[in-house]
Parts: sequence; structure tokens; C-alpha cells
Amino acid sequence: MDNLHQPPLVVTNLSCQRDDRLLFSDLSFSLNHGEILLLEGSNGSGKTSLLRILCGFREADAGEIFWCGEAMADSRYFADMAYVGHADGSKKELTVLENLKFAQALKQVGRYSIEQALEKVQLSGYDDNLLQTLSAGQKRRLSLARLLITDNRLWILDEPFTSLDRQGIVLIESLMAEHVAQGGMVILTSHHDLSLPFNAIQRIHLDSCH
Amino acid sequence: MSLTTAFFAIIRRDLLLAFRRRAELANPLLFFVMVVTLFPLAVGAQPNLLQAMAPGVIWVAALLAALLSLDNLFRSDFEDGSLEQLLLSPHSLSILVLGKILAHWLVTGLPLLLVAPLLALFLGLPQAAMGTLWLTLILATPMLSLIGAIGVALTVGLRRGGMILSLLVLPLYIPVLIFASNAVDRAASGLPVTAQLNILLAMLILALVLVPLPTSAALKMSVN
Repeated sequence: MDNLHQPPLVVTNLSCQRDDRLLFSDLSFSLNHGEILLLEGSNGSGKTSLLRILCGFREADAGEIFWCGEAMADSRYFADMAYVGHADGSKKELTVLENLKFAQALKQVGRYSIEQALEKVQLSGYDDNLLQTLSAGQKRRLSLARLLITDNRLWILDEPFTSLDRQGIVLIESLMAEHVAQGGMVILTSHHDLSLPFNAIQRIHLDSCH
Repeated sequence: MSLTTAFFAIIRRDLLLAFRRRAELANPLLFFVMVVTLFPLAVGAQPNLLQAMAPGVIWVAALLAALLSLDNLFRSDFEDGSLEQLLLSPHSLSILVLGKILAHWLVTGLPLLLVAPLLALFLGLPQAAMGTLWLTLILATPMLSLIGAIGVALTVGLRRGGMILSLLVLPLYIPVLIFASNAVDRAASGLPVTAQLNILLAMLILALVLVPLPTSAALKMSVN
């Protein structure tokens, strides 16, 4: 279906304004299978705004986003992407298992079963715990499990390392490495430098995109 | 998974959440019972007056109880990021929203349906009007959830949306109130009520078709 020579995600001349302040303009990039895009920039430089535009929550002031050659809104984009933002996106009154089952119902079933995913993020045995009994880091791991149980190619992660311990950081990096090795794509913002030797990391520094 | 699975999953999730937050859930129902029981105390021992006012009292109380419960519809989803995940689902947001509204009606409208006949009896509503009261509640309480959903979706992003929500939603509730309480009133005096019930049914069908789209558009705006 899609042409391997053409990158699936193409963004052209994107610009974003917030309260009359230009965050970035004429931002163009493309992301190919197996690539990671790291967004850098100081606080308030528009990293989260860019991610929210890529999620379709926000409209860009100018520019277009193409997925597999089609405009984002007409394509299969939303079936192919997954997002982990500042908020967990899980209900605190539900158990870990109930939350994941619901997440799966909203998307397509992915590579891993719920049990396998929980094991991967080191949450196995917590199936029947209410989310409100988990720590912030464990909630973050649960959000990551959501990426594994649904079928997706593009991960959009907003500050995935927040509230994770050293092990958790290593865990995300290995999950990302595995995803990318299987032809997946990752876009993330982080103040933490990626320590893995990814050879295909693109970096965009938003402070310089005016 | 398929759209049907997602639709039922969201209903199931919201019912489960309602069950886990039972105390919050009982609030509107308690409010409804309290308002109706306070009326006879305030009006005094005037059975004829109470009987005449019964349809209006029950309907006004039901409407305010519905308004009280509305804010829960999208608020917690908005705050914990679940709403963002709903928007990212490849499924139609309108259908998912309809599932949420249906779940909301099941936990707020349905209990009113069960308690209202009891309260009507308490106010001395004639037996002849009881069936009509039920019918109007069945037709009109889903409408309260549906119409309210648009208002909540528009105001969920605001910090103090409560006042604006009432201002937005109450005028839209007025036609429902007029036809529903009028039907019960007429039934109490033995007059035919087919016209009122037909209008309520038409309004319900219209709301079912027209509400999900603007609600999902408003939710997208609120998340922005």
C-alpha cells in the first residue's frame, strides 16, 4: 500500500501562533519508517503545541500534514498513531486491566496481549489494582503499556520520562528501540538526552524555527 | 476493534465509573426527592393545591436534578486526558459521544423514572395521570441528557463553566418542560394527550440525530 521510498509522515511549512506570539514558522520535516524525531527547545518554545497539532487537537495557523501521501484528516492517520501526553488518559477509579481493555476497544488490537504488555512495563501483578493506588511512575508505565497493546506505527510522546525512575527511562528507551527496529516511528519531546545510540535520530530545535 | 465494540465499551466503562462513584451519583436523585418532599411542607395542608401543582413540581425538580448531574458528563474525562484519547480513536467521535450520553441517562434519568411515580402519589396526582407522567419522563429525560451534552461540551474547557452552562441549557429545556408538564396536567383532568406525547417523541428523535455532531465538534474545540 505505501511506498517505502516515500516517508509516511510529511509536514510542510507548519507555523503556529499563540496569543500573538509566533512559536514557530515554516517548519518542514518528514519522518520515515524506523526513525525517531526528538523535539528540543526551551520551555514555551512550542514543543507541546507542535505535538498537539500533530495529534489534530489544535489547528496549525499555516502548513499541512500528510500521512502516507494523503492529508491527515482524510487518511488512516488516527488508526496508525498513539499519543501519550502530560495527562495519563486513564481513569483513576478503574483497575489497570479495565483501563487497558477500554484503550484497546478504542483502537485496533496490537502486537502484544495485555498480559504481555504489563510484563514488559513491569506492572504484572497489578492487573486488579485501582489506578489511584499506583504511583505517578507506575501510571506512566501504564500509559506506555497502552502503546504496546494497540496497533500503531507512530508514537507521539510528550515528555515520556517525567516521573520515571532510572529503570523506567531505560525501559522506555528499549521499547522505543524495539518499536523503531520493527519499522515504527517515534516523535517525542524531552529534556533528557536519549542515551541509546540510535543512528536515525532527527533533532529539531524549535527555538531556531522562526 | 469495531465501532459497536467501542460503543458498548464506553457505555460499560461509564456505568462502571458511576458505580465506583456511587456517592456522587446519588446527589441528583436526592436533590429530586428533597425538592418534591419539601413542597408540601412549605405549601401546607392544601391537598387540592398540591394536586394541581404536582405535574409542574415534579417536572421542574426533574429538570433541575438533570442540570445538576450534567457537569459530570465530560468533566472528569477532560481533566484526566481520557477525552484526548477518545478524540484520537479512529472511530466516529459522535457515536462514542452518544454512548456516553446514553450511559449518563442510564445513571441519572432512569432512577428519576423509578422514583417519580412514588413522589407523584405523595403529592396526590390522580391515578389517571400516572401513566402519562411515566411516558413523558421516558421521552423527555433522555432529551435532558442529550441537550445538556452540547452545553457541557462547550463549557468543559472553562474553569467555572457552571453558570454559563445553566444559561446555555435552561432555555433549551423550556420546550421540554412545557410539553411534558402540560401533558401530565391534561391527563390529570382526563383530556387527551396524544399531541403532546407526539411532539415530545419528535423532539427526542430530532435530538438523537442532531445532538452528537455538534457535541463532538464542541469537544474538539474544548480540547484545543
